[in-house]
This record gives sequence, structure tokens and C-alpha cells, in this order.
Amino acid sequence: MKLSRHLPLTTLAAAMAVAGQTQAQTEITVATVNNNDMVIMQSLTDAFEQAHPDITLDWVVLEENVLRQRMTTDIATQGGQFDVMTIGTYEVPMWGERGWLVPFEDLPDDYQVDDLLKPVRDGLSHDGSLYALPFYGESSMMFYRTDLFEEAGIEMPEQPSWEEVRDWAETLHDPDNEVAGICLRGKPGWGENMAFVSTLVNTFGGRWFDMDWNPEIDSPEWQEAIGFYVDLLGNYGPPGASSNGFNENQALFSRGNCAMWVDATSAAGRIYNPDESQVADKLGFAPAPVAETPKGSHWLWSWALAIPASSEKQDEARTFILWATSQEYIELVGETEGWTSVPPGTRESTYANENYQEAAPFADFVLDAMKGADPTDSTLEPSPYTGVQFVGIPEFQSIGTQVGQSIASALTGDASVEEALQTAQRATERAMQRAGYID
Amino acid sequence: MTIASTKQDRAAPPQSLPKGSPLGSIDTRRLGFTLLGWTVACLIFFPIFWMVITGFKTEAAAIADPSLIFSPTLESYQEVQARSGYARFALNSVAVAFGSTLLALLIAIPCAYSMAFLPTKRTKGTLLWMLSTKMLPPVGVLMPIYLIFRDVGLLDTRTGLIIVYTLMNLPIVVWMLYTFFKDMPRDILEAGRMDGATTFQEVLFLLLPLTLPGIASTGLLSVILSWNEAFWSLNLTSSKAAPLTAYIASFSSPEGLFWAKLSAASTMAIAPILIFGWMTQKQMVRGLTFGAVK
Repeated sequence: MKLSRHLPLTTLAAAMAVAGQTQAQTEITVATVNNNDMVIMQSLTDAFEQAHPDITLDWVVLEENVLRQRMTTDIATQGGQFDVMTIGTYEVPMWGERGWLVPFEDLPDDYQVDDLLKPVRDGLSHDGSLYALPFYGESSMMFYRTDLFEEAGIEMPEQPSWEEVRDWAETLHDPDNEVAGICLRGKPGWGENMAFVSTLVNTFGGRWFDMDWNPEIDSPEWQEAIGFYVDLLGNYGPPGASSNGFNENQALFSRGNCAMWVDATSAAGRIYNPDESQVADKLGFAPAPVAETPKGSHWLWSWALAIPASSEKQDEARTFILWATSQEYIELVGETEGWTSVPPGTRESTYANENYQEAAPFADFVLDAMKGADPTDSTLEPSPYTGVQFVGIPEFQSIGTQVGQSIASALTGDASVEEALQTAQRATERAMQRAGYID
Repeated sequence: MTIASTKQDRAAPPQSLPKGSPLGSIDTRRLGFTLLGWTVACLIFFPIFWMVITGFKTEAAAIADPSLIFSPTLESYQEVQARSGYARFALNSVAVAFGSTLLALLIAIPCAYSMAFLPTKRTKGTLLWMLSTKMLPPVGVLMPIYLIFRDVGLLDTRTGLIIVYTLMNLPIVVWMLYTFFKDMPRDILEAGRMDGATTFQEVLFLLLPLTLPGIASTGLLSVILSWNEAFWSLNLTSSKAAPLTAYIASFSSPEGLFWAKLSAASTMAIAPILIFGWMTQKQMVRGLTFGAVK
């Protein structure tokens, strides 16, 4: 009887306790892309929520271009739909300058901000303030098949040149056995073929714009670089190279259809994983090839986490970002998912970690490539923009994609290299005039 | 003579007929049309078939040379299941597709009634204008709608999506209902009126039961259009109200292989509407051909 008399009171107290707990929990919305490292982050939601019982995570995973469009709309209209955004080195400085992002100031000592790789930190800053924290970073490098190189008696030098790469591609190209001499990006898009092509133009001594923002796409350096690219990929590339992007080339290389591949360092972990790659045991690494100058011969990119100024839960968002980009998180991934799966290219300590060095023999190449990329000085002649494989202005997305289409048309043979570059030059001039950079 | 033998007699041409006679050519023509029908059906179905089998491949096999011979695996389905709450997205799709269809029918029935039975000088023009709104690319009105939704708190809500889908499908729903209503003999409604039925009773007890196949097929079409819509759902929702189209989009990846997982997710996303369409195909065909042969 006693119990039943107290039951309503007990129930009420329990309900209030549950309600109190629910009220105290803050849900933050994290917008991200569907890359492997982000999928791992999503799978570790429980670990974060256990460590921070007052915060719950709600994920929005979208395709990269859709995500970019959604975030731009939301941030420009102050929609406040997201509390954490996954953005790259292209957007962060521009959005930081406009006041769209919350700067990361007074970071706690145990976060060890100086442990973050300097080029990555610089790429995510504007006017000395850090506007996003890097989740993973990448540069570009060369992957090659050691078995094919040995068979052909080719020895990989410490720093290969593009001229050498062309000769090797000619020797190793074997269409009868479905092995292409080289695989490179051909799919048009500012983040696809133009990421690679920009580094090629840089190392051939070219640049996107002169110091007065006049486009230089029809310059002799561009002609030489694109002529070289079309000849190399057209003659010694896989069939249908103009529709191959990062994913397609990774699949081709993993299946043993490419003797060489120059692309993102972040592919290393996957093509070195025997579960995903048939060439894991015959994989060689080398720095990205160079031509006239080593400047800008390999890119720098980082996917980073930022807080939009429109978020109403900035403190909780900051707590999550500090966790997801910390050393502690990297160790958690290493222990639960294996050391080749840790997000690369963000912290010095990752590369100093013995477990990582043992699991990832490519670690030194990646670290050197990351440290050697300087977005503020990536061209032989001085240029007015920052960015190695992109130009850090809002107009670049459309310009880059348009130029990418012209170059793809040269690759498919629909236009000559000269025609393609002239078309690209005219389109870029128009875009820059409209945007008010030139008269 | 039995009915069966009559049919047989009709189907088999008399032996004495010379080659190339009209009856002989009817058979050839029928065969030709049957073949053409099957070819078109196979062509339309092929991408769906390929998507379904790709879902049962490994990521490596999915991107390898196209082949029908492979060892099927449920790996992608397991991964897709483990990673995101399919049920939540599916529930949103059901709520939004059926909610918007119901709302569109509620608005369109009185509208089509008035246009079909009480036309004015401007009815034809209004109908054409309504259809012309479908010619505007949706991205053209994205910004104003996004801002209005932000201000009234409709972003990432099912209600918001239901409103947009209703507006999106309304012109088609009105047009279809108008055509069905127009084919209905006026005399029946007039007889009802003579018996003292009010306009509301006339619509509810005479018009709706008689044009039910048409209304059903219009509703089905509206459900399918809402189910498959991707532009608005990707732009106006984030997590709470995101339907299956957003679920599919989340499996595309800029770095890493995703074809098998994407195919598995797509198969799971279209399965409910495919089954629904298959179950209701009789009503749909009946509705679409309603009044076609008088």
C-alpha cells in the first residue's frame, strides 16, 4: 500500500528527472561529405556522446557539390541550419573574411594548436585568425607499380621529372594487357581535372593571372603544359580518360590498370590496404613530378570543420570540433579502426607516432609533400592569389569548371590545344570583367 | 459454338487467304508492335535492373568491367543499414508524398469542378497559365522560398516540404482532374440538382464516385512525383525532414568507392514506391485511359 501511495510521486520525480536530462542535452547538426574519414567520424558518435553527455550529434551527409551549395545558401542567408560545417581550404579564408565563420580563439593548451601542420593552419586562416580546424589534409604525389618498373629496369629517382614520366609511360603502356602507362584526372571540374592541371601549369612555369588579374591561359607556359598533358594522357592513358576523376582512377590503379598515377596523397591508405587494392604489395611512392620549377608542383587541400556565425549552439559546436580534430581522436581511430585509417595530413604528432609510421610506409612522402606546398607562393612568376590548385576568389568555381571543360575537349580531340585555351582565355576574361577585376 | 472456339476462329486466318492479305499483315503488325513494346520496356527497365544487381556486388566488382557473372553479397546493404536511419528517411518520404497529394487533391477538386462545369471567358487562359508555371526552373525561385521558409520557421520541416510539393504538383493535378471532370456527362449533375442536391452534395455524392478512377490515378501520379523529387528536398531539409532522395544523395562520395552502396541505397529508396506502383497499376491504367474511348 505504501508503495502505491508513493507511486504517483515517484513517477513524477522520475519523469522530471528524464525531462531535465532531455532539456539539458543540446543537439548539434553536423554537415559533412561521405568520405571514408568522415564515415569513421560518424561511426564514433557514441564515443563523443559518452564523453559529452550534454551534447548529441545529428548528421547531415551530402554529396560534395550539393553540400557546398547548401552551405553557401544557408550561410549567405543566415539560415542557421547547421552548427558544424565541413569545408575546405578554398572556402575558409573567403568565408572568414566575410564574417560568416566563428574564429577559433583561445584554444586550450591541451589542444596543441602548434602541432597542426603549418601550411594547413595557414590555409585555414585569414588575417592571422584560424577560422576552421583541419580534420584531414592532403597533397599530391605519384604512385607507381614497383613490379612493372623492375621488369622494365627503371629506377625511380628521388625527384622524378615530367619528361622522365613521359618516357616511362611510353615504355610501360601495354593496352593488350589492359595496363595504361599513366592515369591522370580528365573529368572536367574545378576540383577534378583542374586541381591536377593547375599543379602541372605551375610546374611548367605558368600561372592563372598576372599581378593585375589578367588571365594568362593562352600563354606559352599553358600551351606547353596542356600540350604535354594531352599528349601524355591521350597516348598513354586509359581508354575514356576524359571521364576519369579521382574515384575512377583510384579504382583503375587498385585493379592494376595503371603503371603510374599522380593524385591525392589521401589515396595512399586505401591503395595500400590489401582488402581494397590488388596492387598493395607492389606499390611504390614518389613525389609529384616537376618540370621548370618545383613551385606549385603538388597541391594542398584540407577538409576542415568550421562553425557558421548563424549557429545558435556555437559553444557545443566548438566542443565537438576540438574533439574531432584532436590528437586524442586520432589515437581513438588508430586503436579502433587501425592506424592506416587515421585522418592524415593534419598533425606533426601523427607522423611522429611509431604505430603510424609502421603501418603507413608512405607517411614521410605525405609529410614532405604537405610541408613543401605553399599556397602563398605557388607560381614561378609572382601571382596575386593564394592557393596551389585553385585561385582563392569566389569566381574561381565557375571559371575553373569552364576552363576544365575546354581542356577536356582538347583531350577528347574535339578541339585543338590552342583552340581550347583560347576559348578558356576568352571565357575567363569575360568572367573577370563582369566581376570587376579588370576593365 | 463455344466462346473459345469463336476466339480461335478469329485468331487463325483462313487457309485460303492469299499471302499479304490484310488479315495476315495485321498479325505481322501485331507481332511488330509487341516486339517494339518489349524493346522499349526493356530499355526503360535496364537502368533499374543494373542498379539492383550492382547493389549486390562488392565495390571493386561494381566498378570493374560490366558483368552479369559475380558472386552476390549483401555487404553494401549491411553497410547502408548500419550507417543511417533508413526508416526515418522512409517515414518522411511517406508523410510528405501522401500529405502533399492529399492537400493538392483538396485544393484541386473544387478548382477543377469550377473550371469544368462553370467555365468563364478566362478559364482556358488560367489553365494554360497554371501549366506555364511548371516551365520555370525551380532554382529560379529557390532564394525567395528559402528566405520565406527561414523567416516562418519552415526549413527542415515536413510541413514546409508538403507545402512546396503541393504547389509543385497543383498545376498537373488540376489539369488532370479538369480533363476527367469535363468528360463526365453534365446531365447526371443536373439530375442531382433537380433532386435538390447542394453543390457540395453534388460533388461529394455524384462527381467524386463517378470519377474515382481518374482521381485515384491523379493522386498516384502526384505521390510518385513527390516521392522522386530531389531538388527541393535537398535544399530545404537537412536532417529532421529529409526524405529518401536526400538519403540516396548521402552515399555519393568525392573520395572513395561508393557505387555498390549507392545502388543498394537507391534500391531501398525506390522499393516502396515500385511495389506501391505495381500494386496499383490497374487503377492507374484505368484512370489514365478513363474517358479515352467513348
